Amino acid sequence: MKWRRVRAITIKEALQIVRDPRSLMIALLIPVLQMFLLGYGISLDVKHLPLCIYDQDNTTQSHDLLHRFSASPYFDTRPGLHNYAEVGRGLDTGNCRLVIVIPTGFSKGLADNGGSTVQALLDATDTNTASLAANYARAVIAGYSAQVQLDAIQSRGGQMQTVTPVEVRARVWFNEDLISRNFIIPGVVAMVMAIVGSQLSSLTIAREWERGTMELLISTPVQPMELMLGKLLPYFAVGMLDACICLALAMFWFDVPFRGTLIALFFTTGLFLLVVLCIGYYVSVSIRSQVGASQVALILTMLPTTLLSGFSFPIDQMPPVVQGVTYLISGRYYVTLLKALFLKGAPWSELAAPIACLTVYAAVMVVLAARSFHKTLD
Amino acid sequence: MWGRVYQLLIKEFLQLKRDKSARYRLFIPPLIQMLLFGYAATFEVFNVATVALDQDHTQESRALVDAFVHSSRFHIVANTTTRKQVQDAVESSTAQVGIVVPQGFTELLRKGQSAPLQVLVDGTNSNTAMIALGYVGVISGAYGQAYTLDLAQRTGRALGAPIVKVTMQERYWYNPNLNSRWFFVPGLIGTLCLVSIVNLTAFAIVREREVGTLEQILVTPIQPIEFILGKTIPFFLIGLIEVLLIAVVGMLWFQVPFKGNPLVLLLGTSLFLLCTLAIGLLISTICKTQQQAFASNFFVLNPMFILSGFSFPISSMPEILQWLTYLDPLRYFLVIIRDTYLKGVGMDVVWPQMLGLAALGFVLFTFAVLRLRKSLD
Repeated sequence: MKWRRVRAITIKEALQIVRDPRSLMIALLIPVLQMFLLGYGISLDVKHLPLCIYDQDNTTQSHDLLHRFSASPYFDTRPGLHNYAEVGRGLDTGNCRLVIVIPTGFSKGLADNGGSTVQALLDATDTNTASLAANYARAVIAGYSAQVQLDAIQSRGGQMQTVTPVEVRARVWFNEDLISRNFIIPGVVAMVMAIVGSQLSSLTIAREWERGTMELLISTPVQPMELMLGKLLPYFAVGMLDACICLALAMFWFDVPFRGTLIALFFTTGLFLLVVLCIGYYVSVSIRSQVGASQVALILTMLPTTLLSGFSFPIDQMPPVVQGVTYLISGRYYVTLLKALFLKGAPWSELAAPIACLTVYAAVMVVLAARSFHKTLD
Repeated sequence: MWGRVYQLLIKEFLQLKRDKSARYRLFIPPLIQMLLFGYAATFEVFNVATVALDQDHTQESRALVDAFVHSSRFHIVANTTTRKQVQDAVESSTAQVGIVVPQGFTELLRKGQSAPLQVLVDGTNSNTAMIALGYVGVISGAYGQAYTLDLAQRTGRALGAPIVKVTMQERYWYNPNLNSRWFFVPGLIGTLCLVSIVNLTAFAIVREREVGTLEQILVTPIQPIEFILGKTIPFFLIGLIEVLLIAVVGMLWFQVPFKGNPLVLLLGTSLFLLCTLAIGLLISTICKTQQQAFASNFFVLNPMFILSGFSFPISSMPEILQWLTYLDPLRYFLVIIRDTYLKGVGMDVVWPQMLGLAALGFVLFTFAVLRLRKSLD
């Protein structure tokens, strides 16, 4: 292997990038666009959910409870409903996603029997929003319940204390305020790296085939390994530049806390970039059309990084077979590392295993990519 | 006129039939995505890895821990004997939830005071954490209530003041078991259709231009409008077939129920396909090479996907983005799909969405035809 040849290929490829504004645009615009779009567009937090109330009781007590719902930032209270037909209609049309039904005898039940039940009807077409909304509604009602309890005691003039028999004292670690953006943004970084890395490299060889410059390239003394290195080095530089943009946006624009070390962050990002570049290169060698190669590379990198890496859907909730498959996805290790570095500030001892896996993965991909190219014309 | 359109149709279908890789690209990615979304995409929370520590060692504390053990929501992964072990388990991600019943728990409970249950949650995935915390509250609340009731019955002694309690009874409509699959699989009809039809349409014209056969077509007596019809009708049909395929797989394999009227879905699909064809045509007027057409995916299709509400609720987006979603045909189509699938409602409910799709489709298509005519002349 001669470094002179690697350098020559690198310079050629770098010139090609610089002189092709379109690929530069892909390389620099996509990360920024994706980060902003996903950063703002993706949120699992429930806010301003349309809520309707069917108050059959219509007493001071029921109005008190309704006020608590209107005061909650999680719900937007819509005008009240007057019968069950309207309730069904409201949920059907999506005008309300949650209907609270306060039954007749609600206040009487509180006064006489020491308890009442309100009904919550939830539109569960969006399952996640529905279960979060149920949680929030339960919290509003628990707050009201405590208030009723306190009032009851005070009205009796008693000194007796209110008791929640078991009081949950929860402490949340790593993402203390449970902001979904804090766990989504690091995943977006991984996704952007997968897209950019695979898209850049999937074109390199296919382009030579399509434009007919492959014959020229083969007639030079360059060796397969030198070719790969020379081709991927400039893209690695572009990819790392993109990584810097994404990581800076994550830390300074989206204010995701960063608790790890920068060295570990850049090292693992470099490893992941190497993996996706090699996948793109491999595909580019195998499929000789640019469009086909970039499509296949996209399916091989972006799709698993989005769905199987644990970025948006927790791996431990998947069926065992799919969980097994996730071990074959490089994104899984990278997303684990990103979350550990961003939110946990985990020590090296804990990073060691995923880093080792990613290193092995990268090594295998480099070998595969290097061996895929042969200096023949068919 | 129809004779010439017919000839062009035959040519398009022949081209598709002979392009082997296109056939794979048409049907394999949708299939992979269906499997992934059907099996991997879930927001449900079951069997959360949990460690429990009982420092109180009483009948009551054991019963409380048992309540967690027997819940399908939590899965005890390791026995711990010290607080440090609980913290380490959460720190190292062995467990996502740590539950500690502290010493003196039962004493407080018996005295009629609030007994604290300490819960440690790994918040890295805020969504799972929040749902899991909700279940912790439900389980401990139920335990507390049962305990007070039991004590009152056994000893006639009430704990503290007589309890006045408001409880909530929830019912999940349209998807009673909160099955995420019912949410994602129907939605795929929209997203997969969008990607494949826009791509097919855009590539079909750009390829002709790149290869140089567009000029050959232009010297034939064919009119621009005939050319457009000949180029869009095949993809319209393919779109319908793809929708049918996804719907059948969804119903038979993933057992997603279909409650509504298929004709309503068909109308919605037709209007949506009109939009996707128009977008494809528009991309083809802007891009000169297939490579450019592919790159435009990121700038057109990806924002449409994210803003559609496919997996992330629109109501949680910032207001500006929420306004932008009204320009996204997929947004309307997803509502139509999910409403017909799960809610079983008809035109009386989804007409605003139909109207939105029709208006968008009309505007986009007119615009596309005008631009294309210009570039063809």
